[in-house]
Amino acid sequence: MTAAPEVRAGDAPEPAPAEETARHADPSAAGGGGWRALLLQPALVVLGVVAFLVWRLTADLSDTEARQLGWAVLGDSIREHLALTAVAAVIVLLIAIPLGIALTRRPLRRLSPLVVGIANTGQAAPAIGLFVLLATWLGFGFGTTVVALVVYAALPVLRNTMVGIEGVDARLVEAGRGMGMSALAVLLRVELPLAVPVLLAGVRTALVLLVGTATLATFIDGGGLGVLINTGITLSLDSLLISGAVLVALLALAVDWLGRLVEHVARPKGL
Amino acid sequence: MSETAPAPSAGPVAAGDRHISGVPIRLDGVTKRYPGQEQPAVDDVTLEIAAGETVMFVGPSGCGKTTLLKMLNRLIEPTSGRIHLGDEDVTDQDADQLRRRIGYVIQAGGLFPHMTVGTNVGMVPRMLKWDKERTAARIDELLDLVGLDPAVYRDRYPRELSGGQQQRVGVARALAADPPILLMDEPFGAVDPITRQRLQDELLRIQEELGKTIVFVTHDFDEAVKLGDKIVVFDVGARVVQYDTPERILAEPAEDYVADFVGAGATLKQLTLTRVGDVDLVQVTTAVAGSPSAEAVAAARAAGDDFVVVLDARGRPISWPTVAELTRTATVPQTVDERLPVVGLRSTLNDALDTMLAASQGGVVVTGRRDGLAGVMAVETVMAAIQRSRTEAAG
Ligand SMILES: Nc1ncnc2c1ncn2[C@@H]1O[C@H](COP(=O)(O)OP(=O)(O)O)[C@@H](O)[C@H]1O
Ligand SMILES: [Mg+2]
Repeated sequence: MTAAPEVRAGDAPEPAPAEETARHADPSAAGGGGWRALLLQPALVVLGVVAFLVWRLTADLSDTEARQLGWAVLGDSIREHLALTAVAAVIVLLIAIPLGIALTRRPLRRLSPLVVGIANTGQAAPAIGLFVLLATWLGFGFGTTVVALVVYAALPVLRNTMVGIEGVDARLVEAGRGMGMSALAVLLRVELPLAVPVLLAGVRTALVLLVGTATLATFIDGGGLGVLINTGITLSLDSLLISGAVLVALLALAVDWLGRLVEHVARPKGL
Repeated sequence: MSETAPAPSAGPVAAGDRHISGVPIRLDGVTKRYPGQEQPAVDDVTLEIAAGETVMFVGPSGCGKTTLLKMLNRLIEPTSGRIHLGDEDVTDQDADQLRRRIGYVIQAGGLFPHMTVGTNVGMVPRMLKWDKERTAARIDELLDLVGLDPAVYRDRYPRELSGGQQQRVGVARALAADPPILLMDEPFGAVDPITRQRLQDELLRIQEELGKTIVFVTHDFDEAVKLGDKIVVFDVGARVVQYDTPERILAEPAEDYVADFVGAGATLKQLTLTRVGDVDLVQVTTAVAGSPSAEAVAAARAAGDDFVVVLDARGRPISWPTVAELTRTATVPQTVDERLPVVGLRSTLNDALDTMLAASQGGVVVTGRRDGLAGVMAVETVMAAIQRSRTEAAG
């Protein structure tokens, strides 16, 4: 699940240039394909939304279906789903990024394999098991759902924060310290900016994971679009099941796109 | 800044009235013991380096050169011993403050890839809270000093530069706040031989201008001979085996260990000790690019030269066409010959020979101040020097 630093066209190893023959960066090298993908994805999402709306307005629905797929109900489900995702995401960022940074600092560095091991185990456990386990302990509802989501989605952010910072060339850190930058200045001005692409890839992964996993909230009374899917399954109403699934997928795609947009904009120049 | 220990006249070119902006360095019983290691990496080193001298650290890999160097700017804390820069004991000073007063250059420059060349060079001045105009002016001055046009390179990112250019920016960055001391850890280890030679020439030129105290770690003994006023030969544990001028280390190695390290071809080391500026250069016909070819041809014929060195508007040599080639053009061509073999006055005969061989040419163009033409040297001059040193060695 770790988004390893991707190799882009612009980063391809080049033959050592002769002295004084500067490599002129091709300004489009980093962006060309990137921008096209960035435009394609929202187009797909819009297409999906339009298709869903057309279907919803024209389909011949039973009373139960019409009630479950009522605009107000749908709106609430989506809002709940987004609230779960957003609250969990904020908490994940607030916990996992500082923790990831701390685990790359000298006093705690020894602990980092241990923490990654624990986090990996947590991720390997089935999400539904985690939800139920936490619910028996903390009770049902929104709060427990958020806790479960945070536990589940913290790993990619934590791991990518660490991988991103550890991936910064040690010589740059040494150069920074060697010219008299404090450890904090090196972290803020060198390590974190250079870790941004990897770190943000982790955040995007976590967000997509959150949107998908939040469908499980329904099992512990957390609400969200999972309710639609669950109802569809229990009542054998495919229209509900598929509507729920499609909406979750569109939401995930949209969130993924937003993430890519941020990554594109926040990527440090010169890399 | 004090200039207590006057540099004893060392090396063939340390002129008596040279401008010196460096300070002396004194190590007093400095020891570094890494945790969990039986033998100290640096064992009780006492060493004095005079102001304005370039001192080269050489020795086998793992003998503690880097450890010793990094204790000078306290990137590594000494286990015991005292370190004095100028007349200050800096062993217990705030390390970050200390490092802003010491230039530090590492392999490949260590430039921050997400910052422009200008930002990289301006790092220390900004930390020292210089105002914007002063920092900007200093950035341009330094890029100029290391031979990079500020207007062209200031706003580029490091990846848009060649390895040699990055290394130049690394040197400019280290010099930004005009530190009296420059520490360099195998800075030219990662570039190709021709680029390395140019960077060495550049450093010699800069040092002649600035007179810093430079401590330079290298594994290349030729580099040490070329750049150093003094050389320290280390053995394991940073034991100082010999500390002397290159000439004396070559002539009288203190121990068999040094003799082995210096290498067998010691007579040919004269090639490394003799500078291009020490031999007679040939003055040849020159022509400014864009001027009428006929004039250049006439001048060359009158002087009996069969080629002409073409200079650009700033007097820097750019090519050396033969008279025959020139007769076929109306004006002297502006094209820069990328393969023109060029060395500086402070290059060694060894460098000159390498450059000729690399370009398959029987001579080199020699440049002096601000890369202006100083003359031309023929391969025969190098041969004569080899012959001389062999006769000396035999007699
Ligand atoms: N951070 C470190 N921790 C433990 N041992 C080290 C460390 N750095 C260097 N050493 C050891 O100290 C010795 C000297 O290393 P170094 O100063 O890098 O040598 P050199 O630069 O001469 O090649 C070597 O034996 C090396 O293994
Ligand atoms: Mg070393």
